Amino acid sequence: MLLIHCPYCEEARPELEFRHAGEAHIARPAGIAEISDEAFEAYFFIRDNTKGIVFERWRHIHGCGRFFNAARHSVSDRFVVTYRAGEPKPELSGEQVAAAAPGGKATPANAAAGVNGKAAR
Amino acid sequence: MAEAARIHPLAGRRLALPGLSLEPCPPAERLSLRAGEDALAAIDEALGLALPRRPMASATAGGLAALWLGPDEWLIVADEGAGLAGRLAALTGIAFSAVDLSHRNTAISIDGDKAVLALAAGCPRDLSPAAFPVGACSRTVLGKAEIVLAREAPARFRVECWRSFADYVWNYLVDAAKSA
Ligand SMILES: [Zn+2]
Repeated sequence: MLLIHCPYCEEARPELEFRHAGEAHIARPAGIAEISDEAFEAYFFIRDNTKGIVFERWRHIHGCGRFFNAARHSVSDRFVVTYRAGEPKPELSGEQVAAAAPGGKATPANAAAGVNGKAAR
Repeated sequence: MAEAARIHPLAGRRLALPGLSLEPCPPAERLSLRAGEDALAAIDEALGLALPRRPMASATAGGLAALWLGPDEWLIVADEGAGLAGRLAALTGIAFSAVDLSHRNTAISIDGDKAVLALAAGCPRDLSPAAFPVGACSRTVLGKAEIVLAREAPARFRVECWRSFADYVWNYLVDAAKSA
């Protein structure tokens, strides 16, 4: 089971308490009624689905109930960092990315406990 | 004329095993409280207790327990007759939400040296004293049901669940207790 660090509960909690909520940092266009069908499609349906580091929304639905964001490796499933909703997309170091990749040195538990690259406690 | 009779969802149930007992908690008053930082001082005063501001923390005073569930959310539990909603109804000039959940939830007390073992059969969170000490509380899951778990004593926990899940949660804990 993955341990996911909730930035509101400030601790790593079991995966079963969470729900994935799609790609993060997708800004709703201003004046959405005026944009073209193609622009709407790009905003509403088209996702990057990157192989590697992805930025995702998660919800601690069976915990504090809050949505938050996470950087995660889509091949190893390892979390790099989690951060509160509304905070900017974090810059990840090469070390963080390498540790999260398959065969990297991070264990799922200590990756989940990292907040912006630092240990939470 | 028909008369409405109140039935406790776990009426008559009890389990006592060596090192573990299960008992339905008596009916209680409950509020789901949602409030922002600016409303907390007035609510603290009206309830007569300081709402816990830290994750997983709880506070008890004057027969009330306040359980931190989220950054702006608490579960308030009190003995019947405490008049929780009335105490908050008098507050004016601040925005908050207080919803009466008294009859939506019920609770089970699980007590004994094997309580952690039995809970661990269905609850994936770390229940070691270091990670979940006395006074800790959180929303989590037990099997397929959402619960609010509170550690009231080193070996005693309160399991709050929805009334409609009470039968499932009780039977899950009985099964777990028998094999703990
Ligand atoms: Zn949380």
